[in-house]
Amino acid sequence: MTAEQPPKAEPSPKIVIVDESPIRAAILEEGLREAGYGSVMRISEMHSLLARIYAVDPDIIVIDLENPSRDILEQMFQVSRAVRRPIAMFVDRSDAASIQASVDAGVSAYIVDGLKKERIKPILDLCVSRFNAFAKLQDELDRTKSALEERKVIDRAKGILMKLKGLTEEEAYVLMRSTAMREKKKIGEIAQSILTASELLK
Amino acid sequence: MTVPLHIGFIPLVDAAALIVAVDKGFAKAEGLDVHLVREVSWSNVRDKLNIGLFDAAHLLAPVAIASSLGLGHVKVPIVAPFNLGINGNAITVSAALHAAITHELDGDRVDPMATARALARVVAARRRSGAEPLTFAMTFPFSTHNYQLRFWMAAGGVDPDEDVRLVVLPPPFMVDSLKSGHVDGFCVGAPWNSIAVDHGVGHILHFVADILVHAAEKVLAIRQSWAEKNPGTVARLIRAASRAADFIEQPGNRTEAANILAKPDRIGVDAELIQLTLDGRLKISPDGTFRENPRYLLVGRDTAGRPDPAQAAWLYSQMVRWAQAHSSPDALRAVMAVFRPDLYDGAMGKGADVATNCSIGAFDGPAFQADDIAGYLASFEISRRRS
Repeated sequence: MTAEQPPKAEPSPKIVIVDESPIRAAILEEGLREAGYGSVMRISEMHSLLARIYAVDPDIIVIDLENPSRDILEQMFQVSRAVRRPIAMFVDRSDAASIQASVDAGVSAYIVDGLKKERIKPILDLCVSRFNAFAKLQDELDRTKSALEERKVIDRAKGILMKLKGLTEEEAYVLMRSTAMREKKKIGEIAQSILTASELLK
Repeated sequence: MTVPLHIGFIPLVDAAALIVAVDKGFAKAEGLDVHLVREVSWSNVRDKLNIGLFDAAHLLAPVAIASSLGLGHVKVPIVAPFNLGINGNAITVSAALHAAITHELDGDRVDPMATARALARVVAARRRSGAEPLTFAMTFPFSTHNYQLRFWMAAGGVDPDEDVRLVVLPPPFMVDSLKSGHVDGFCVGAPWNSIAVDHGVGHILHFVADILVHAAEKVLAIRQSWAEKNPGTVARLIRAASRAADFIEQPGNRTEAANILAKPDRIGVDAELIQLTLDGRLKISPDGTFRENPRYLLVGRDTAGRPDPAQAAWLYSQMVRWAQAHSSPDALRAVMAVFRPDLYDGAMGKGADVATNCSIGAFDGPAFQADDIAGYLASFEISRRRS
């Protein structure tokens, strides 16, 4: 993707990732490095955040929106002796969709004031896509977990039906499936009701 | 037809009217289907309101003003047709700083001028001994907490930019930072001051009501463009919030209100602590000393709900004083137009409480005049005001 190539003429901007999720930060760092951005640092410790950031003196700061420390970064817009270079939030006023995309993905970027939009845009786009990829991964993981849970519930319900009604495993499964279809419910829900009922009737 | 709305809030006691409006059914009675979204930072609330992910928000009054002027961020005009809270903040200091101020105190400990002068002596002594400057935390650059801390200490001769460090800290981090000694004091809203006292790490030095009798704190913020397109919905929202505020202010309803607010997806702290805050009865010291002030937080009493443009002008004067904003008649007009008593009156109809208590009642300086901000600011010795 050519959009992700940093310009050859200028040195790679110094990027700091502020994220309490180490996995997501690693995924993002890897993505940035692959795209040719050599100078990437991660900060996961929120204590003395500004001092840590000033020590790195980055051109771009990327932070996740679930991080309350985002408000600390807002202080960098203020006139202050502590800031060597003025910082601004990256807002591409000509492109409302990119703001929307970054908020939806849960990421925000702060830049050294004066940095060219063409240099930041590909970085922010990359962050948005990596954040979205991470969210998708998380989602898949959650779904796999709940599918496993459901599998366990169905197996236990099957066992109860086999014991109480003297059915084979297959008959027990068919009974649950046909009940689910008739009642327009998921088979997992039927299995759960069987477990609940058997608890109550114990 | 019910109108679906997304409204953002920060888990603080002054979001009470909004939360109770939804959870007690006042919003539904007005035909509104409000989905409250709990947020972790003011930056998030501001951005989500600005880009339309939120239709309205519980917002720091100065953020509504900064957003309308385009200070520090994109310019998105905001209107505030309802005040969610008047006062409600407190200044809490570490045990060590409390002892140092008490030692230097020459006067009544609830007199902010006496404590500010004592602080000045503590600061001077630290400088003589070569100690690090004191660090005070507040919640956001454009916050009442920032201006209240600065107003208080500057009155005693402490320059907030030169003599101490003033830092932004998210409220959930404040108690730990005070405990670890990373900060020596902070100004924040409820319940965080009480939590610091309960953890035995902080002493409440002042209620903001000691410093300013009547100070606009959080507003119900709506994008101006959206408010213009949806006047009926705005009116319904004002009525729902106002009824909830009235409900909360009935002493007999306080326990129920506190239980609603205490839920984990709302404010998520002990109901008793919330009730004490609403009652204005706060434990101010780990030794169990309580202090009572009915003006600690006003949710619906004393015409609290009706926005007063003079309050917006006072906040703007503080932005000018501390060099966050330039002084201009145009900006002042824009600022005063953020607070919309006309929308409030229109929604509440006949019998609306129009006698707004507009007196800021600051303990230092002359009475505030919105039409002479330069004259007002000239009377304060410590100021970053640019000419």
